[in-house]
Amino acid sequence: MGILEVKNVGKRFGGLQALGDVNLSVAENSVHAIIGPNGAGKSTLLNCLVGLLIPDTGSVMFDGQSVLGRKPYEINQMGISRVFQTPEIFGDLSVMENMMIPCFAKRDGAFQLSAFKNMMDDKEIIENAEAMLEDMNMADKREMHGAALSRGDKRRLEIGMCLSQQPRLLLLDEPTAGMARADTNNTIDLLKQIKEERDITIAIIEHDMHVVFSLAERITVLAQGTPLVEDTPDNIKGHPKVREAYLGETQAA
Amino acid sequence: MLGLSKKDTSLLIIVCILALFAPFILNPFPEGSAMAQFNAGYPDLMQRLVIFGIFAIGFNILFGLTGYLSFGHAAFLGVGSYAAIWMMKLLTMNVIPAIVVSIIVAGAFSLLVGWISLRRSGIYFSILTLAFAQMSYALAYSVLTPITGGETGLQPKYTDPRIFDRALEQGESARANLFGLQMNSSAELSVGNWLFTFNAGYYLAAIVMIVAFYMSIRIFRSPFGLMLRAVKSNQNRMNYTGMNSKPYTLAAFVISGMYAGLAGGLLVAMDTQVGAERMFWTASGEVVLMTILGGAGTLIGPVLGAGFIKYMENIVSKINKGILEQWFAFLPDGIEDLLITLVYPFIGKGWHLTLGMIFMLVVIFLPGGLVEGGQRVAAMFRRKKSNPETPDGKTTPAE
Repeated sequence: MGILEVKNVGKRFGGLQALGDVNLSVAENSVHAIIGPNGAGKSTLLNCLVGLLIPDTGSVMFDGQSVLGRKPYEINQMGISRVFQTPEIFGDLSVMENMMIPCFAKRDGAFQLSAFKNMMDDKEIIENAEAMLEDMNMADKREMHGAALSRGDKRRLEIGMCLSQQPRLLLLDEPTAGMARADTNNTIDLLKQIKEERDITIAIIEHDMHVVFSLAERITVLAQGTPLVEDTPDNIKGHPKVREAYLGETQAA
Repeated sequence: MLGLSKKDTSLLIIVCILALFAPFILNPFPEGSAMAQFNAGYPDLMQRLVIFGIFAIGFNILFGLTGYLSFGHAAFLGVGSYAAIWMMKLLTMNVIPAIVVSIIVAGAFSLLVGWISLRRSGIYFSILTLAFAQMSYALAYSVLTPITGGETGLQPKYTDPRIFDRALEQGESARANLFGLQMNSSAELSVGNWLFTFNAGYYLAAIVMIVAFYMSIRIFRSPFGLMLRAVKSNQNRMNYTGMNSKPYTLAAFVISGMYAGLAGGLLVAMDTQVGAERMFWTASGEVVLMTILGGAGTLIGPVLGAGFIKYMENIVSKINKGILEQWFAFLPDGIEDLLITLVYPFIGKGWHLTLGMIFMLVVIFLPGGLVEGGQRVAAMFRRKKSNPETPDGKTTPAE
């Protein structure tokens, strides 16, 4: 029984069957990659996991509880944090404030009317946020505006913000999309380091095979809305069906 | 001090000094001099300056922090005013119950309006609030006449129950007071050619404004304020960070509605009559102008903006052709006439034209409002003084 259990999930948009009959089990403390060609339904599947879409059929269980019908903030409070394809951070706020917000969310929940406390007097939050900035090697940038960071730093900050909530499952949606090779490698190193240091499950949707094969322990290949095969990276590399559906195309190109 | 950082404390002290010494600061010109019409140190105008300052401070908590642009805040001001005048009619002319109830009623009304309007964001939210305000205005003007007095509005009458005060004699007029201290009582101080007026009502309003300003600083610096700024910055990330943005925006909406109600109650405390026109959409637009002109999202900006617009409304609108002729009298006739023709559209009833031009200039060249203007001037001086070894505090990103 995995921490995330996706059973018979289907989703149709008008005439398009985006997800057919998806079964997926993500084991606790593993790195599970979901790959597939364009239009395979990766993003639709991810959106079903975080509460943005409700599937037509099937169930999504996280740690024994259904996530279906819950709002994104409720799912986050259950322990699922999401990293977006284009880094979503608070561009108008400083890096430090960016990091403080998830710390508050973790401790105080989805809403608290603390209008007369001074946030800079909150030692616990400040310490947590500073420690996470330190971990992310961003302590020197704490006063910068989020919008002024480089792409790689934005990604780093976003991952740090997700981690400061101590999620049990970290969902990454193409975390290296549009990045230079150096930034991509930094991100891979960062994720490897996170994996080593924390008890965390990582589910990653990715296009870049280099990223997938350097990180994943299990890989699910999605094609036309259904899982084609699920196996270890080594077996996936040589799998004929996968070569045909996905890798074959890229190799021929 | 008071849970504020050093910088915020000094800002609060500046506002205190400005508010408490306003009778001097706004009366820089001696009586009878040609410039005396620029004096704003008379009670009626000073009261309006601080009351609309409160209104704008509250509006800024919603608009400046969350970015939700309400076009209907005058409705809360109006509802607060009606609540206040009813307290005076039913209970007592003491302003305390009037002000307290105006805050509560406006808060309850803004909870209803906010709960519905906040289902949408952006332009749809603005239109919803505008619709609510115009409905309130129309209701107050017609259907609700038994409660609001319709066209004539409401003022204290000798038929009022006044449970705590004795009934009025016919022809006797009731005066708002604070435990006997009449709001329109003033002390005057004459120094040379200068005449300074210290008005009880003004000082009550000024003290309330200082408290309101202090509370807004606390809100800005609180975790709650941080979340409101997070709503403005990236609502998507906020939701995926486990924060429910709905109650945050609703709380901000209600708080700003209560500020508006407080302003409405104070208006009644100063001048005990209410008409529906203060809920009209132009009044809602005015507070938007004040906030943007002064600097949305800054602490002191809305106060400056409110002061600036109310000053213009009362002073520029009073300049007439005769005064212009007096000013330009030293010029040759042809040039004098030309100048008067050119300037005339911008004064008197044309003061809106002046305001509009200034507003455009500010929005185009100083998007951060008057506060940004002040910061730029200050930075210029600093650069001159400590040239060139200190770079300014902001680090430029390396990208």
